[in-house]
Amino acid sequence: MLVTISFYLLAFVAIAAALMVVAARNPVHSVMYLILTFFSAAGLFILMGAEFLALLLVMVYVGAVAVLFLFVVMMLDVDFAELKAGFLQYAPYGMILGVILFLEMFFVGAAYFTGETKKAVVYSGEASNLERFGEVLYTKYAFFFEAAGLILLVAMIGAIVLTLRPRDGVRKQDVTQQVSRTRETAIEMVDIESGKGVGS
Amino acid sequence: MEDVVVHPAASTDFSPLVWFGLKLLQVGGFVIVLSLMVAALVLADRKIWAAAQMRRGPNVVGAFGLLQTIADALKFFFKEIVVPAGADKVLFILAPVITLVMAFVAWAVIPVAPGWVISDINLGILYVLAISSLGVYGIIIGGWASNSKYPFMGALRSAAQMISYEVSIGFIILTVAALVGSLNLTEIVAAQKGGFWNWHMFYLNWSNPIHLVLFPIMFYMGILFFISALAESNRPPFDLPEAESELVAGYQVEYSSTPFLMYFFGEYVNIMLLCGMMTILFLGGWHAPIDVGFQIIHPFIWFFGKCAFLFFLFAMVKAIVPRYRYDQLMRLGWKVFLPTSLIALMIVLTWVNFFGTGAT
Repeated sequence: MLVTISFYLLAFVAIAAALMVVAARNPVHSVMYLILTFFSAAGLFILMGAEFLALLLVMVYVGAVAVLFLFVVMMLDVDFAELKAGFLQYAPYGMILGVILFLEMFFVGAAYFTGETKKAVVYSGEASNLERFGEVLYTKYAFFFEAAGLILLVAMIGAIVLTLRPRDGVRKQDVTQQVSRTRETAIEMVDIESGKGVGS
Repeated sequence: MEDVVVHPAASTDFSPLVWFGLKLLQVGGFVIVLSLMVAALVLADRKIWAAAQMRRGPNVVGAFGLLQTIADALKFFFKEIVVPAGADKVLFILAPVITLVMAFVAWAVIPVAPGWVISDINLGILYVLAISSLGVYGIIIGGWASNSKYPFMGALRSAAQMISYEVSIGFIILTVAALVGSLNLTEIVAAQKGGFWNWHMFYLNWSNPIHLVLFPIMFYMGILFFISALAESNRPPFDLPEAESELVAGYQVEYSSTPFLMYFFGEYVNIMLLCGMMTILFLGGWHAPIDVGFQIIHPFIWFFGKCAFLFFLFAMVKAIVPRYRYDQLMRLGWKVFLPTSLIALMIVLTWVNFFGTGAT
C-alpha cells in the first residue's frame, strides 16, 4: 500500500514538474522544476529497488548537469519574452515532434503490454545493486563502457581546444617562481647617504 | 540519545506504522542533539579564534559565554525578515532552507557509534556524495535570487569552488572505499578496528610489511581530504565566496534574520559532517587508538572527540592562515589535488587488485 501511494505521489510530482519546466515563464524556475523532476525520477528508481541508479541520477544530473544548466541560464542575458513571441511560428515543428514522440511511446507501451518485450532479469540474493552493475559493466559490456569513456574524453578535449585562445601580452602567474623567491632575490639593500637620495 | 536511537535490526518486529513513528522519533532526537552540538561548536570556534588573537571571546551570556550561541539564535529568530524588492521571493526563502535541510539530511547515514545510525544503507558513501553535491544549490540560488551583484558574484565563486573540490573529494573517498571494498560507512569503520595503525590515515600494519607501501599514499590522502573539506565548506583560508573585503559577505549579503541563521547553521552542520566523514574514513570512526580488549570509554565519545579535534584544527586554520587568492585556489584544486588524487586512486586500485582488500 505504502509503495503504491509513494509511486503515485512521485509519478504525479514528476509529471507536474516536467510540465512546469515547459510552462514556467522564468528559465531559472524551469531549471528548478527540472531538478524536481530528476528527484522524483530518483524516487521512482528507489521504489524499483535500483538505489544505485537513483543515487547516480541525483549525483550526475542534479549535482552536475543541472548546475551547469543553472549557470548558463543565469549568466546568459536572453530576452525570453522576445523568444516566446515567435511561438506560433514554431508550433507546427513542435506538433510534429510531439506526434512522433507519442507514436514511439505508444508502440513501446503496446509491445510491453502485449508481452513481446524481453522481461528484465530480476537478480535476487546477497549481491547488491552495485556489485551486479560492476559484474555486467566490466565484463560483458567492458568494450562499450570504455568506448563511452573515450567519447567523453574526446568531447572534453574538443571543448577545451575550441575555447582555448592563446593571447599575447597577458601577465601570467608562475607559482614556482613566486614561491621560490628568497631573501636574496627579493630584497636589495641600499645604503642611502643623507641628502642624496637613491640615485641610479 | 541512547533512548531514541534504536538499532534497525531490533525494530523490524513492529508494524510499519510503529516503525515509522520510531524512525521519526529517532530523526527528531538526532536533529536536536546535532543542533545542540553545533551550537557548542559555534561557541568553540569563536573562543578558539579569540584565544589565537589573545582576546577573551564571548564571555557575557551564561557562564564563560556558554549560552552565547543560543542568545544569538534567539536574536536572529525575533528579527524581521527583510526581502529585497527585486528579489525572487520564493527562491530567496527556499535557498537557505535547501542549505539547512541538505546539511541535516546527509547525516542520516553517518554511524556515530556501533548501531547508532539512522539508515545503514549499502551505498552510504554514494549517498553522502550525492547529498553534498546538492548543497551547492542553496548557495547559487540564494545568490541569484537576491538580485544583486555582490551576492551573485559570491554565489558563482562559491559554486565553482565547491564543484572543483567535490571532484577531488570524490576520488579521495574512492581510495578508501577501494581499500575497504565497501561503500557502507559502518563497514569502513569496522575495517579500521584494532588500533590506530589500522586507521586509514596511519596505515602502519607491521605484521604484513607490504601494507607499508600504502602508508604514504593514505596519509597524503588524509591531508588532502582535510584541505578539500576546508574548501568544500567555504571555510578560511578558502572563504572567497564571503570574502568580506571584496564581496561584503558574498551570497549572504541580502540575508537577515531567520534565513541568515539557516545559512549560518547549515554551514556549521556541514563542517561537522565533513569532520565526521574524515573521522570515519581516515581516523577509525568510533574505535579507540589502542585496543585494550575491553571498552573503557564509550565509542560515541571517541567519535565525537575525533570530530571535535578536527574541528579544532578547522578553527586554528581559520585563525592563523591568510586567505587564498582565487586563481591560486582553482589552481590548487584542478592542477594539484585532482591529478595527485587520481594517481593515488590508480595506485590503490592496483594494490587492491594484487593484494586484496581489507587491512588483514
